[in-house]
Amino acid sequence: MKGGEFSELNPDADGVRPEPCLETRNLSLRYAGNRRALNKVRLTIPRQRVTALIGPSGCGKTSLLRCFNRLNDLVDDCVITGRVRLEGKNIYAAKVDVTELRRRVGMVFQKPNPFPKSIYENVAFGLRIRGIKSRRRLDEIVQESLSAAALWDEVKGRLHKSALELSGGQQQRLVIARTLAVAPEVLLLDESASALDPISTLKIEELISELKKNYTIVIVTHNLQQAARVADYTAFMDMGEMVEFDTTARIFTNPVKRRTEEYITGRYG
Amino acid sequence: MKRSLANWLDSGAPWVWINAGAATLCLAMVFGLLLLLGVKGLGHFWPQPVLQATYTGAEPPASIIGEVAASETIDADDLYPATPGEEQGEIERQLLKLGNRDITGGDFAWVLTGLLEDVSYPPELAVIERREWGNLYGYLNGLRQAGAAVLPVGAQDGTGEARWNELHSRLDRARDLRREIERIERSIIADINFGMERLRLEERQLVLAGGDSAGALRENARQRESFDAQYAEIRLRLLELNRQIQRDTALFRIADGSTVEIPIADIVRAHRPNGMDWVESTRVYFARLIEFLSGNPREANTEGGLLPALYGTAMMVMLMSVIVTPLGVVAGVYLSEYAPRGWLTRIIRVSVNNLAGVPSIVYGMFGLGFFIYLAGGEIDRLFYAESLPAPTFGTPGLLWASLTLALLTLPVVIVATEEGLGNVPASLREASLALGATQFETLWRVVLPLARPSMLTGLILAVARAAGEVAPLMLVGVVKLAPSLPLDTQFPYLHPEQQFMHLGYHVFDLATQSPNVEAAMPQAFATAFLLVAVVTALNLSAVVLRGRLRERYRAMDTGAWA
Ligand SMILES: Nc1ncnc2c1ncn2[C@@H]1O[C@H](COP(=O)(O)OP(=O)(O)OP(=O)(O)O)[C@@H](O)[C@H]1O
Ligand SMILES: [Mg+2]
Repeated sequence: MKGGEFSELNPDADGVRPEPCLETRNLSLRYAGNRRALNKVRLTIPRQRVTALIGPSGCGKTSLLRCFNRLNDLVDDCVITGRVRLEGKNIYAAKVDVTELRRRVGMVFQKPNPFPKSIYENVAFGLRIRGIKSRRRLDEIVQESLSAAALWDEVKGRLHKSALELSGGQQQRLVIARTLAVAPEVLLLDESASALDPISTLKIEELISELKKNYTIVIVTHNLQQAARVADYTAFMDMGEMVEFDTTARIFTNPVKRRTEEYITGRYG
Repeated sequence: MKRSLANWLDSGAPWVWINAGAATLCLAMVFGLLLLLGVKGLGHFWPQPVLQATYTGAEPPASIIGEVAASETIDADDLYPATPGEEQGEIERQLLKLGNRDITGGDFAWVLTGLLEDVSYPPELAVIERREWGNLYGYLNGLRQAGAAVLPVGAQDGTGEARWNELHSRLDRARDLRREIERIERSIIADINFGMERLRLEERQLVLAGGDSAGALRENARQRESFDAQYAEIRLRLLELNRQIQRDTALFRIADGSTVEIPIADIVRAHRPNGMDWVESTRVYFARLIEFLSGNPREANTEGGLLPALYGTAMMVMLMSVIVTPLGVVAGVYLSEYAPRGWLTRIIRVSVNNLAGVPSIVYGMFGLGFFIYLAGGEIDRLFYAESLPAPTFGTPGLLWASLTLALLTLPVVIVATEEGLGNVPASLREASLALGATQFETLWRVVLPLARPSMLTGLILAVARAAGEVAPLMLVGVVKLAPSLPLDTQFPYLHPEQQFMHLGYHVFDLATQSPNVEAAMPQAFATAFLLVAVVTALNLSAVVLRGRLRERYRAMDTGAWA
């Protein structure tokens, strides 16, 4: 275990101390016009666990996720300071291959954003980018990913129809499938179950529990029950600051900070 | 009362009315324009009845034959000096197309309708469209073959019909002979000329190069002899054909009672409109329309077809599209995707936008100065030294016109491309990048396909603009009458250095440069109608495309929030 600046994680419910996967230290982010979205965030995301990010709207959850795959690089005049490490390597170092990083850290966006292509091509997109041409292999992975995202049964008859014809919830599962298809190491899910019915939500939650055997997962959610159900660890953010981070059980039963307690008991405001 | 007015204002209804009114006005103007051009231009191909009358306004009263081309009501004071205290009222007058320009000097005349007497429309009155001198109006009076009468002269009932049919069969013969002559002139003689010119250039090259060239020159001389022999043979054949085609003549009795004899070879079409039912009229109409669209111009462009102009316009627009599309799209992509966001990029963008507002004649001047004199002159010095001082590329031509118009329409394509790229939602770019695509892969696989309709819109607008442009073309390659088409069967098939004809310039020429204004007017309207139709069709397709593009994005939006 690493000591010093990068401190250890608390043991999880089973008493096992997980390895760190993503670590941030002193991470601050300012958008154009000096709007501070993150303020000295210190967070350690455990490997092969599910970490939930909760907090009021506008507190910086999405901004933080976008630091993990360097999508904020695209935003004009966005200044990031501090450190982010993936498996111990600084991802903001000069020689880092950003596309390679984004392949390892997959992200599902808050708003479903399918390409205006067919359902099949949406899922196959990342594979084609990676140079996979074999029709058999593409078919195989597309089916696997759609099944994993609990969408296969609904679309198997119309794989070559436009993805824009799907309902909002179906689109949300489609973009999950699209990200799963490229098999990243880390999966960032930004409110990916917000537009789903209870059954699909359940399926996605099952999927998340299934995936954590191999993936490191970070989910953003406004649904506290959901966080309690699926997350091993929970981080509570407020106004760009990391207020409290601990195992989900502790956050929900015995939070240290008053702000956390107010938020999870619904007295926040 | 007051309240309800205020309510009405608040409801926004006045705005809707104003908007709808403005839109209606625009539509009415466009359709009105098309209607005017269509009626004036396309109506002119319909065979008009021909009247025969006695005009008592002349001294002595004259017998006249002609078509009514226009009629108007004018103030009598304009014609006769006003007598004080007397109201002269208005009179109607008509513009008659009398034809027979070769005999009477002028082919149009204004007559006062009231002074026309014994107006009749005899069914056997014939309209003869000729290759030269315009229409001839008269009665078919006889046919001659090599000077000898074919059928008895003198209009007897029964023989008149037979004579008319005989005229048509001889017309068909003349038409076949003419085809043969044109074929020989176009292919065989052109081949010989082309070969001779090649020999001449080769010789000049040899002389310019210096050194021992006696052998090559001897070989050239031998080839030239063979060309000369071929040419002499062809010339004999042509002479024979020309003699044959001149064999037949037709006699017509015209308005003043005299008889004129014209070679049948000079007749393009002969018909008797007064006796025709609508089926026959329709046949004549379409024959004329087809000639208009696919024939060569006659009579200083006032008659015949405008195929060369249509063809030249199409060739130029195509060549221009080939040049402007890659250039504009690549520049647009760079400006919107890769150029660093700074003051320099901003200046470039503003300049590009302003280029669209530079008067087109300025582009013409630039094309003349830069492309033709500088670039063309340099090309001639380097590659066509043997034909100097006659310029090859250093003279206005198709290539330079296309380049000039490509420059002119470049801003349109760049702006449309940038707009299309800018309209692609950022969320889609992020989706692609988050899946590990590079910026180029994102551009190629996601952004460009989405921006394609808008680039296409830009191109179509550019094409529409280029098709309708005249001023710069007058400086860089358009002519009133081009001797040959820029694309033909002579190697290398496409002749980008040749001058060409253009619809827009054709209209200008007909409307303002024609010596015979009345005769040119219908043709000018028809050409203008064709030009407007082409440009309108292109613009409409741009509108439809843009609509589709918008729909695509709308579908994406509602999809995201369903
Ligand atoms: N591209 C941007 N430019 C400027 N400001 C931004 C940008 N994106 C986010 N912000 C601001 O940063 C702050 C944090 O935004 P962020 O999207 O991270 O919130 P969030 O926690 O994801 O909220 P929500 O739960 O509503 O999704 C907000 O105040 C927002 O206005
Ligand atoms: Mg968010």
